[in-house]
Amino acid sequence: MSDAVLKVDDLRTHFRLRAGTLKAVDGLSFELQAGRVLCIVGESGSGKSVTAQSIMRLIMPPGRIVQGGITFRDQDLLALTEREMEDLRGNRIGMIFQDPMTSLNPVFTIGEQIVETIVAHTSLSGEDARARAVELMRLVGIPEPEGRLSDYPHQFSGGMRQRVLIAIAIACEPDILIADEPTTALDVTIQAQILRLLSDVQKKLGSAMILITHDLGVVSAMADEVLVMYSGRMVEYGDVKTIFRNPRHPYTQGLLDSIIKLDDSRESELRSISGLPPIPIDPPPGCAFRDRCVKAFDLCGEQDPPWVETGTGSTAVCHAVAAEEAAP
Amino acid sequence: MTRFIVMRLLTIVPIMFGVSFFVFILAHLAPGDVTTTLTGPYATEETREQIRESLGLNEPLPVQYGKWLSHILQGEFGKSIANRRMVAELIFPKFANSAILALTSAAMAYVIGLFAGIFAASRPYGYFDRFTIAGTLMFGSIPPYWFGLLLVLLFSLTWRWLPATGMTKIVGGGGPIDVILHLILPTIAAGAAPAAIIARTVRATMLEILSQNYIKVARAKGIRRGVILRKHALRNALPPIATICGLQLGYLLGGVLFVEVIFAWPGIGYQLWQAIQARDIPTIQGASLIIAVAFVLVNLAVDVFNAYTDPKIRISEGVRSR
Amino acid sequence: MTDAPSLHGESLRQRSAAELRRENLHIMWRTLTLAWHAYAKDKAAVGALIFLVIVVLIAILAPWISPHDPTEAVGTRGGLPGTDGLVLGGDMDGRDMLSRLFWGGRVSLLIGVVPTVAATAIAVVLGLFAGYVGGWVDQVVMRVLDVFFAFPLVLLAIVIAGILDPGVATLILSITVALVPYISRLVRTTTVSVKQEPYIEAARAGGATTPTILARYVLPNMLAPVIVYSTTLIGLMMVVGSGLSFLGLGIQPPDADWGTMVSDGRAVLKKAPHATAFPGFVIVIVSLAFSFVGDGLRDALDPRARVR
Repeated sequence: MSDAVLKVDDLRTHFRLRAGTLKAVDGLSFELQAGRVLCIVGESGSGKSVTAQSIMRLIMPPGRIVQGGITFRDQDLLALTEREMEDLRGNRIGMIFQDPMTSLNPVFTIGEQIVETIVAHTSLSGEDARARAVELMRLVGIPEPEGRLSDYPHQFSGGMRQRVLIAIAIACEPDILIADEPTTALDVTIQAQILRLLSDVQKKLGSAMILITHDLGVVSAMADEVLVMYSGRMVEYGDVKTIFRNPRHPYTQGLLDSIIKLDDSRESELRSISGLPPIPIDPPPGCAFRDRCVKAFDLCGEQDPPWVETGTGSTAVCHAVAAEEAAP
Repeated sequence: MTRFIVMRLLTIVPIMFGVSFFVFILAHLAPGDVTTTLTGPYATEETREQIRESLGLNEPLPVQYGKWLSHILQGEFGKSIANRRMVAELIFPKFANSAILALTSAAMAYVIGLFAGIFAASRPYGYFDRFTIAGTLMFGSIPPYWFGLLLVLLFSLTWRWLPATGMTKIVGGGGPIDVILHLILPTIAAGAAPAAIIARTVRATMLEILSQNYIKVARAKGIRRGVILRKHALRNALPPIATICGLQLGYLLGGVLFVEVIFAWPGIGYQLWQAIQARDIPTIQGASLIIAVAFVLVNLAVDVFNAYTDPKIRISEGVRSR
Repeated sequence: MTDAPSLHGESLRQRSAAELRRENLHIMWRTLTLAWHAYAKDKAAVGALIFLVIVVLIAILAPWISPHDPTEAVGTRGGLPGTDGLVLGGDMDGRDMLSRLFWGGRVSLLIGVVPTVAATAIAVVLGLFAGYVGGWVDQVVMRVLDVFFAFPLVLLAIVIAGILDPGVATLILSITVALVPYISRLVRTTTVSVKQEPYIEAARAGGATTPTILARYVLPNMLAPVIVYSTTLIGLMMVVGSGLSFLGLGIQPPDADWGTMVSDGRAVLKKAPHATAFPGFVIVIVSLAFSFVGDGLRDALDPRARVR
């Protein structure tokens, strides 16, 4: 596939802690097509946010991208200087973070914070930049944008702040929009509005989007492709319809079993995956999910699971799936 | 904003009362008869009677305090036992001398502390950071009296570059060059510890701020590293930095007693020490009062500065929108 | 129901007081061993602790290990290290520097440790009371402390000591008084924040009385930061206390602590710089050692810092 805007190849981001090496992301590969939406799903601590920040090269010591390739169009992002990367961030790749309450600098006005991005990446300045900021604020649905330019973050509600952060992220019409659980910290009623806004601007700009979430409902509503992560590793990856219709990895199956479907008959019970995910500090070889897996067998504790192109169209990383595929 | 300043000004009223009461009670804490404490061992019975009368020493403590306070408020601190001069005359010029040393020391501490702290925080655990950590540890726990003596030993006695003592008159003495030469060693001795403390605080604050979400967002916006450090981080780190800088200036204004003693700098701290040695209670009272007032006022100034730089207080109209 | 003692699950009523006590001890022991393991990882802190133990031992054993009487002239005045068979030389009166350092450590350590411990004890009671009771009691206590905050710490100690008769007791008293406000403020802040934790509410809903809540929940949660803070203060107070001695407000001649030794050295600063340099250097490294121990304790007692 040649129109991929982003290729991630065997990404490994590790944190050297006193307790050992935390393998927050350990062997992740995917491709993002222009104009498409990829959802990365997983529990807390599964490495979703670290993946996003690795792509933006925002990982700080003691964390480090130890291996892998990140290719944006034809540029190897890991080979760029910090300067070149700064030119790219907020310009070609925009990012929206989890917690809007702490994501805006409390001592600068909303206007200053939007204008700053515009000035950093375009030739606009002064009045033009302010006009563009007003236009962006209108686009993300902030009422009376002219009057609110000189307000400070504390004068905005959480939902409004997230709109401002979206405005900042799309200020330069980026090729890729990365949204890291953009609605987690918001009221339920606001969540839907923000997701709709994200979807609208993504379509309007024609950007590709990586949406990180732990909410499978959001995935089914927004995603074209889905990537399931578990304990820093990829578990299953593929087209959203394929995976939702035919999940192959036991973890994905467990996840999908744990959500309530409207057409569920009364007798069917809501199932959950028992246990907790392990923290991947110096993880032993083998599959990270094996202790919670219903299909686990000896091999799972001995060897890292293989990547399997399944007959149903997804990629699963699992010994059990490999065995199923191999069976006649 | 105005409301904040007025409220903050009101809080120092009870503090000043408390401070004055503490200073007042000092005379009663001293061992021996209060009249002896206040007039000295060689005072005549007449003088004793006079002070008893003027301060109401035969009356209950609250009345005594009231009388004493009204004297103080008229600028009357009593008479020094040691050299028979009015305490006010004695301590105000000394305080000015201390202020000169305090300002040069503070300037040195601010420049070194801020630069070292910011550079250290910009590359945590790098070479400069490690060097700074070691330096702040060292100079943060070095006794000022010992450090001062080492400076004298090296620069005055061994190499004979700079004068150690001999500063008696700031105005009309050996001229500005002489004053500056006499200032160098005391300034270093007095400024070293504040510089270390400021550097440590600036470093810790900057590291804390740099780990905030809005800094990550600023990086994700593609803002240059240096701009993030200078603009986004420093601006937010300002309140704690201002607080520690104010606190250190307050300490220095109190006369870095040890440094003044070693370099015989004619400041309020040196005066206080001489008064203590002579058991000159009225002078001790006057000196401690003026030091406390300076300290409280500097802290007040810092609070007002911090309120001014905080948009939440500056714009006190509250949350406006949804 | 099983008889096996367990922390969770079964009803508390079924366990006797003795069992509870044993369990408490067990929890305390586990906490301590955990903290020690975390502390042992910090090499600087362990080194500093060993160094301090040695220093304390030397001070205690001073009468037996000192080569000479610390108050008696045994060499030439201001003799350099090595002369007259004195390893660290003689002071301005020809007294053995090494013996004086050994003996001086007794007072210098005392004025670092005793005021800090005393002030911590007073502050814990005061801060706990003010913070837990709250309301006007809290207001009064805090306003009174504010008065003390109007004086720089060192100056407050100097003024109090200067008013009273000089001596070790005066020194300890004045530093204690100057220190109480600082620790009290920390105790109070921590108490107020612990008081608002949901588990306190849960305990109260479960019928726990105020003394129980204070002893079982508030105190343990407040103690760690206070102990860390106090440990770091010891070194600082040693510097301050030695400073007061330097000014002649502490121990009186012919006895000496490290501060008075620095002061004495001034008389022969040019001829015998070692008489000033050695005691000051000892103050610096012992004070640094206390900071290292404090830092190590902070990492060990703060469970959040333990992961990293």
